[in-house]
Amino acid sequence: MAPPCPAFFWTEQQCAGGPGSPLISGIPLEKLAELLQYLFSGLTNGAIYALIGIGFSIIFNATAIINFAQGEFVMLGALVAIALHSLGLSLPLAFGLAVSAVTLIGLVFERLAIRSAREATAISLIIITVGGGVLIKGLAMLIWGKDAYTLPPFSGQEPLVFAGATILPQSLWIMALTILLVVGLEAFLHFTILGKAMRAASFNPVAARLVGIRVSQMVQFSFALSAALGAAAGVLIAPITLGVYDMGTMLGLKGFCAAVIGGLGSIFGVVLGGLLLGVAEALASGLISSGYRDAVAFLILLLVLFFRPQGLIGRRPSRSS
Amino acid sequence: MHLLKSPGSWSRALGWLAAVVLLTGAMLTSPAQAEDIVIGGLFSITGPQSYLGEPERNTLEMVVAEINAKGGINGKNVKAVIYDDEGDANKARLNASKLIDKDKVIAIIGPSLTPTSMAIIDITQPAKVPLISCAAGVNITSPVQERPFVFKTAQTDQMAVARIYQYLQKQKINKIAIITVSSSFGVSGKDQLIAQAPPAGLEIVAQEVFGEKDTDMTPQLTNIRTTPAQAVICWGTGPAPAIVAKNMKQLGLTIPLIQSHGAASKKFIEYAGEAAEGIILPAGKIAVYKDLPDSDPQKAVIKNYVEKYEAQFKTPVSGFGGYAYDAFNLLAQAVSKAGTDGTKIAQELQNIKNFPGVSGIFNMSPEDHNGLGPDAFVMVKIDKGEWKLVE
Repeated sequence: MAPPCPAFFWTEQQCAGGPGSPLISGIPLEKLAELLQYLFSGLTNGAIYALIGIGFSIIFNATAIINFAQGEFVMLGALVAIALHSLGLSLPLAFGLAVSAVTLIGLVFERLAIRSAREATAISLIIITVGGGVLIKGLAMLIWGKDAYTLPPFSGQEPLVFAGATILPQSLWIMALTILLVVGLEAFLHFTILGKAMRAASFNPVAARLVGIRVSQMVQFSFALSAALGAAAGVLIAPITLGVYDMGTMLGLKGFCAAVIGGLGSIFGVVLGGLLLGVAEALASGLISSGYRDAVAFLILLLVLFFRPQGLIGRRPSRSS
Repeated sequence: MHLLKSPGSWSRALGWLAAVVLLTGAMLTSPAQAEDIVIGGLFSITGPQSYLGEPERNTLEMVVAEINAKGGINGKNVKAVIYDDEGDANKARLNASKLIDKDKVIAIIGPSLTPTSMAIIDITQPAKVPLISCAAGVNITSPVQERPFVFKTAQTDQMAVARIYQYLQKQKINKIAIITVSSSFGVSGKDQLIAQAPPAGLEIVAQEVFGEKDTDMTPQLTNIRTTPAQAVICWGTGPAPAIVAKNMKQLGLTIPLIQSHGAASKKFIEYAGEAAEGIILPAGKIAVYKDLPDSDPQKAVIKNYVEKYEAQFKTPVSGFGGYAYDAFNLLAQAVSKAGTDGTKIAQELQNIKNFPGVSGIFNMSPEDHNGLGPDAFVMVKIDKGEWKLVE
C-alpha cells in the first residue's frame, strides 16, 4: 500500500519517510502514481467520448447517416442545465429537465431537418446535419453569448486519493453514470418491445415494415435517444470543463472518433473506443508532449480506418445502401 | 410615369436620386470648421473583439467632450472622427486611408488589435500621420527607426513577464514550470518566459502547452508534479487557465500558481471559483487602484477616469478603455506644444517623460515609443474572489 504521504512527490526529499524504492519490477512508485493519474484523466474523458459516440452509433444504425450535430446536443445539455440551475433549480432537477429539453430539440431537429429531406441520399443528409449543427451553435451563441459558465460538481470539490493519484468525485459520477446508461441502453435494446423494434428497423427496414414496425417512428426515436445521451454527457462534464457555446464541436468529433474506432454497430465497441481514445490522449499528452493530444486521437482514427475500417469490434455493416 | 419606362431612364433617375442623397448627406454631417483639430479613432467596436473597441470608443468620445468643455486644445475645438474596423485588417486599412485622405485627421488613435495595427502602419507611416495604437504587440512600435510616427499605450507581454520574474526573485524561487496556450498569445508569452529566464536567474524545469479549447490539463500538470518546480506560470486567456487552476487543486499541487495578465478579468475568478483563491498574477493598476498608496502618481489619474467613465456609461470600467484615455491625453499634450503638424507632434510625443496615465507612467524616448516599464503592472493575489495588491 501507498504510505500516507500528503504530497505527491514520492521521493525521499519531498516526502519524509516515503520510500523511493521500486514497487513492481523496477517501476518506481512515483512513476506508477503518475501513470495512474493519466489513466484517471483518460477514463473520465473516455467515458464522455463513449456517451457521445453511442449517440452517433444509435442514429447511424437507424438511418445510416452520421449526425454531426451530435456535439451540439452535448453543448445544449450543458448550457440548459447551467441556465436552469442558475434559476435556482436543484442539480438533479436541472439535469433531468435539461436532458428532456434537449431530447425535445432532437425530435424537432429530426422533424425539420431530416424528415423533410428523407428522399435525399445519405451524404446529403449528413451535410444537412453539419448545417443543423452550425445553426444550433449559432443560436446558442446568440442566447448565451461567448462567455463560459460554471456548474457546481454533483458532490464535493475535494479530490479523492488512490495510491498517489487523485480523482475528482465528478469523474466517479461520470464513470458510474456512463456504465449505468450503457447497461440500461443495452437492456432496453434487447429486452423491451420498443428496443427490439428499433433494432429490427435498423437491421432490415423493409422486413421491419412488413411485420408492422413504423420505421419512421423508430428513426425519430433514435434521434430522441441520441439527443438525450448527448445532453447527459454535457451535464456530466460541465462541472469539470465549464459550459460554452462552442464546446460541442471538438467533443462531437472526439465522440465520432470513439464510435468509428470501436465500430459504429456495437455499443460496447463504442464504449471501448471511447475509453481507448481518452486514455491514449492522456498518455500522449503526459508522456510524449501535450501538443500531441488531438493529433493522437486523429492518428488512431486514421490507423483504424486504414487497417480495420469496420472498427475494433464492429462487424462489416449489414446495410448495403 | 413615361419617364421610367425604359431601363435607361430608370438608371438615370436612380443616378439623380443617389446624387441628391449624397449631397444632402454631405451637407447634414457638419463639415469640420477650418480651425477644428480633427483626430481619428479606429477601433474594433463590433465583432468578436468588441470588448476592446467599445470601451475605447466610449472613452475617446468622453475625453474629447471633456476637453472641449474646458476650452479645447490651445483654444481650438477638438473633433474626433471614429470608425469601426470590426477587427478586420482590410476594413482597418480602408478606414485608415479614409481618415487620412477624406477627414484630414492630424493623428489616429487605435486600432484595438495587434493585427489591425500592423496592417495600417504602412498607410499612416508614409503619410506622416502619428498613430497611437491601443494594442499590446511589441512589434507595433519596434523597430522604432523604421516607424517614427507609430506609438502605443498598452502594456506588452514583455513587461508582464519581467514583472512576474521580479516577484519570483523576491520570493527566492528559482525553478519554475510553464504551461502555455497554443494560441498566438501563449506562443508569444512562452517566448518571453524562455528568453527572460536566464538573466533573471530562473531555471525552467518543465514546459507544457495546452489547446485553447482543452478541457483537461491534468496530464501536463502531473508531468510538472514530477519536476522540482517551485511555482507554475500559466499563460492563456478565456476559460482554459481556469481549468489549469482547477486541475492543480485536483492534483493537490500546492506550489504557487501564477497566471498571466490574460487572466486579469473578473470572468477568470468566476470560471475558476474556489480554485482561484491564492492565485497571483500581474494586472494593470486599474484593477486595484483603490489599494494603491496616495503617493502613487497614477492613483489620481485612474480614480478620475474610473469615476467619470462609470458615471457616464453605467458599466464597470475595463483596462482597455484606459489605452484610449492615455493615447488621447498624450496626444493632447503633444498637440498643445507642437500644433497640428504630424512631424512636430511625433517629435513632441517621443519627448514625453514622467506622464502618469491609466496604464502606467509613460517615459517615451526616440528608442521606445511605448514608454512603459515592468512597473506598469502590479502583482495581485486573488483573495475571497477579489484582487488584493501584494506588492
